[in-house]
Amino acid sequence: MTQHSATLAPPKFRPHLPVLPLFPLQPILKRIVRRIGAENPDMFNRLGPHTKARYLIDATNLPFTLLLQPDPENLSLTAHFRTSPPDHDARIAGKFLDLMRLLDSDIDGDALFFARDLIITGNTEAVVCLRNALDDVDGSIAQMVADMFGPLARAALARLRRVANKPVTKDTQ
Amino acid sequence: MTSPELVCPAGTPAALRTAVDAGADAVYCGFQNATNARNFPGLNFTVPELERSVAYAHAKGTKVLLAMNTYPPAGKQALWKDAIDTGIRLGVDAFIVADIGVAHYIATTYPDARLHLSVQAAASNPESIRYYCQEFGVKRVVLPRILTVPEIRNLAAEVPCEIETFIFGNHGLMVEGRCSLTNYITGLSTNLDGVCSPAAQVEYKRDNAGNLTTQLGEFTIDCFGCDETAGYPTICKGRYTTPAHDGGYYAFEEPISLNLSSLLPDLIGAGVHALKIEGRQRSRAYVKKVVSSFRKAVDDISSGRTAQLADLLALTEGQKETQGAFKSKTWR
Ligand code: SF4
Repeated sequence: MTQHSATLAPPKFRPHLPVLPLFPLQPILKRIVRRIGAENPDMFNRLGPHTKARYLIDATNLPFTLLLQPDPENLSLTAHFRTSPPDHDARIAGKFLDLMRLLDSDIDGDALFFARDLIITGNTEAVVCLRNALDDVDGSIAQMVADMFGPLARAALARLRRVANKPVTKDTQ
Repeated sequence: MTSPELVCPAGTPAALRTAVDAGADAVYCGFQNATNARNFPGLNFTVPELERSVAYAHAKGTKVLLAMNTYPPAGKQALWKDAIDTGIRLGVDAFIVADIGVAHYIATTYPDARLHLSVQAAASNPESIRYYCQEFGVKRVVLPRILTVPEIRNLAAEVPCEIETFIFGNHGLMVEGRCSLTNYITGLSTNLDGVCSPAAQVEYKRDNAGNLTTQLGEFTIDCFGCDETAGYPTICKGRYTTPAHDGGYYAFEEPISLNLSSLLPDLIGAGVHALKIEGRQRSRAYVKKVVSSFRKAVDDISSGRTAQLADLLALTEGQKETQGAFKSKTWR
């Protein structure tokens, strides 16, 4: 099943990020996703028939979205402006910190869904497979990514985690 | 007070390790096929994964119970027999069974194997439970979630096996093992294929106002307003229009989870040997939080202390919890 591209609803809150071109981000994303794939090759087995599915990862408080295609032969993660989202089979949307904690299995996806803080549309089975694949990865994917980029990235992650573990207030949403 | 066994869910090897590390006395899990009632895409264990997981659990003194709790359709028994043979080879500590043919195969082929009767068998009275004990040597029954604590106490005195009850998680109340609602809509059966509301037939639709419609096949299960909490797309938790009610009506059960935290001392006092947490389809985060909370509560109660019960509401379906029939038959 394919969803047609459509402009995504504007996020309610965005951090004050300048609008930057996305092309410098693309090689970094490629490096990240390839490393995660290389370190967790068993993960792909849980995706079953959905390794070619295109997942739109939409952190609603960031100015861009990510498109993930977890094909072990050609892993890809690319950034796209919110105003022109790419074709996708499933969309997973939520606040950036929630998505980061989900990736780390620090928070339960069903609980986020019950609270209406996680939006799933499109191919539900593909999303369930991706969730199960990521949940079976030991340790922290976010930490692994931070470690790839040195002390500054580690410090940024530590700060994000402190924010994520604070009681929810308006400015952490 | 004797300490009951804490029986915890594991949908993946990582979840199994999480449950073991969080204090599970036993974990239950299944293979990646229709032999168990959580046959969800991307979930469960391959044979090598289960082999490594059994070694991990046993090294830490935790038992592994293999869910074999679906009903083999005619002509397909080989899948179940093969899974049982593999479970024996890997050294699982017990099989959780529902079907009498599966129970018979284990009892006659592997007479030393330990059998637990699944909730899917819906055995809820002494005669029925005694039958499974006498015919197949069942050592433990997992009770359906339809009995009050005093009823469980009476039952425990009348049956020659251990009793396990659910204490947390999904609260689906059709006669367990006999619910055909999913089959009616999707053609797939919870009891034969191991999957309720198959994800391939679930669709979530969100309108511009933020309302969420959940759909299974061609049927709308619910429509949650933007300020309402959501539930699973299972038919038993659907909100329907009926001539007898104005507006949408939860005809069977509302989106809600079982939480028996505050009934733990009563259950233990009633002679319950094992306390089960539902949720093989849930994340490691759920397993860690729920298992560690109940580990602490059970240890406190067993040592004569008042249990400090963690708040688990955020993990419950629809962010609502109930003590269901355990507290009163008129909970709705
Ligand atoms: S519809 Fe409800 S009661 Fe029936 S099998 Fe599914 S979860 Fe259980």
